[in-house]
Amino acid sequence: MAQVTLDAVRKIYPNGVEAVTPASFTIEDGEFVVLVGPSGCGKSTLLRMIAGLEEISEGDLSIGDRIVNDLDPADRDIAMVFQNYALYPHMTVRKNIGYGLKNRKTPKDVIEAKVQEAAAILNLTEYLDRKPAQLSGGQRQRVAMGRAIVRDPALFLFDEPLSNLDAKLRNQMRIEIKALQRRLGVTSIYVTHDQVEAMTMADRIIVLNGGKIEQIGTPSEIYHDPASTFVASFMGAPPMNLLAAEMIDRVLVFAGLSVPIWTTARGPVQLGIRPEDLRLDPEGPLQMEVDLVEELGAHRLLHGHIDDQRLTVHLSEDTPVQTGPMRLSCRVDNLCLFDPETGRRLVTALPDAAESPVEAQSETAW
Amino acid sequence: MKRAGFSTRWLPILLLVPQLSIILLFFYWPAGYAIKSSFYLQDPFGFGQTFVGLENYTSLTASSEYLKVARFTLLFTVLVTFFSLALALLLAVKADNVIRGAKTYRTLLMWVYAVAPPVAGFIGLMMFNQRWGPLTELFGALGWDYNLGVDYSDTAFAMVLVSVWKQVPVNFIFFLSGLQSIPKAVREAALIDNRSGTRRFWDVTFPLLAPTGFFLLIINITYALFDTFGVVDTLVKGEPGNNPMTLVYKVYVDGFRGNDLGGSSAQSVILMILVLALTVFQFRMVERRIHYT
Repeated sequence: MAQVTLDAVRKIYPNGVEAVTPASFTIEDGEFVVLVGPSGCGKSTLLRMIAGLEEISEGDLSIGDRIVNDLDPADRDIAMVFQNYALYPHMTVRKNIGYGLKNRKTPKDVIEAKVQEAAAILNLTEYLDRKPAQLSGGQRQRVAMGRAIVRDPALFLFDEPLSNLDAKLRNQMRIEIKALQRRLGVTSIYVTHDQVEAMTMADRIIVLNGGKIEQIGTPSEIYHDPASTFVASFMGAPPMNLLAAEMIDRVLVFAGLSVPIWTTARGPVQLGIRPEDLRLDPEGPLQMEVDLVEELGAHRLLHGHIDDQRLTVHLSEDTPVQTGPMRLSCRVDNLCLFDPETGRRLVTALPDAAESPVEAQSETAW
Repeated sequence: MKRAGFSTRWLPILLLVPQLSIILLFFYWPAGYAIKSSFYLQDPFGFGQTFVGLENYTSLTASSEYLKVARFTLLFTVLVTFFSLALALLLAVKADNVIRGAKTYRTLLMWVYAVAPPVAGFIGLMMFNQRWGPLTELFGALGWDYNLGVDYSDTAFAMVLVSVWKQVPVNFIFFLSGLQSIPKAVREAALIDNRSGTRRFWDVTFPLLAPTGFFLLIINITYALFDTFGVVDTLVKGEPGNNPMTLVYKVYVDGFRGNDLGGSSAQSVILMILVLALTVFQFRMVERRIHYT
């Protein structure tokens, strides 16, 4: 069990490509942190540097109170679960799970006891004498987990462990891994490109893009307070609506409507609204042209446009909807503003209720 | 599964004829002829032959010279197979770790593959030349009075060395591709599980190379037994004298130099049975064990 600290850890390949720009953060003891981002964002490289499979170009990495930059992977007190399980095909499940212990000079009876214990936790007891080829995908995934947990490491590393499983199994394993981590209390770093996995499993999420950390925060912070348009559009399905708007004299102007908001920005801004923050409202000030209704059972998605800007609305109630014009409203405190140049979030505040002439509107809508 | 069929019975047979006739003409017919003539004693001048039953075989087993050649062939095969596999594995493991200029190393290690056996033998002949061979001089400097073609064990040494040198690249290519087909993640998992590189090799890499290794074992035994003919021929220059030779070479010497077609055929038949046994063994093993995924 340990705290993990990265101090300006950077990765540059010999060909000059900077895969990870200096990254600094601390993962607390027992915390479950998810690194999420699109492919090529550097999340796997970062994980592999922590594992010791990839050299750290610059900066310091410490696990517990040791700087581990120059330690071999086997000496870092970590265990890793790989995307394609990476089981030893010629060894039985028992040997696969026990291999790491055997090399650490653990007495035979202790290994057997620990393997049995891990197998019991993971429902693998009856498969201990099988070879990986005789197991299903989910069982192989469990063996990979077993190999990690028998070692009692200071840190678990997961490299997209569920991406080879089918959707149903993935949901189930997601819950199992999370529950197991809770139970063992081992600090964990989990890499995925799946934002649902990130949201559901993480204590804290680190969003990466192009080798840079976009935002670090709890799933709720990441979702409701995205630090950039990248985070806003990457997290959430469907993503946050991003619309071109303008700030004129402390008033946000969009689609012919004006909303007083306090911010430092002037001129063009990007307006972000989560699809589920928009509501159907016959009295609503926004008029959307609905092009398509996606029926998803528990909820439905309305795809359409306001002027030329595309927009998605997430509706949970069973109100009858159809294509064509439709009026919408939204709470002003659910709006996010972004700098259109850098994509960074703009600091905003609602006008103080006492001073605001539109006090009555700030609750309901534009 | 859908099975494609022919509308007439003659077309498939017609299409098979070229292949079958080649096999019949160049394999079954000579093999049958060898078996037949192994039961006859031929007139040295080719005027006639007498049926002698198993005499050709019994005289072989009684011949101390034949047994000596058989013993040498066994030793030769073991040495060539072991060293060409071991060296190739060592080179492949090392080349696999090379990051910079990997392609150049690999090409340099492979090119000997393109050398024909007699040419390899000839290169060996020059290297071991009694008067000016660089290896002979090197051995001389080390105090070894090396005599190719005169001293039995010195010639044997050259035969083994040249045969190994010729075979290493083939094995190297197979071992290297075998190594590269081991999933990277499996090796990385081992890296986390085990600090010792040597143990990792024997625990994980080597077992995963076993299918390649087993295949190469059979190929190399066959090579040492049969394909080294060119090397042996060049090194002993068709003058067996006191020189060592392999069973295949003895077939040639007895049959074409000694004009003992019957005895030579009997030897061929023994070798044929040996190959058959090896093949059966290989298929049995491949089916049963050494197969993962």
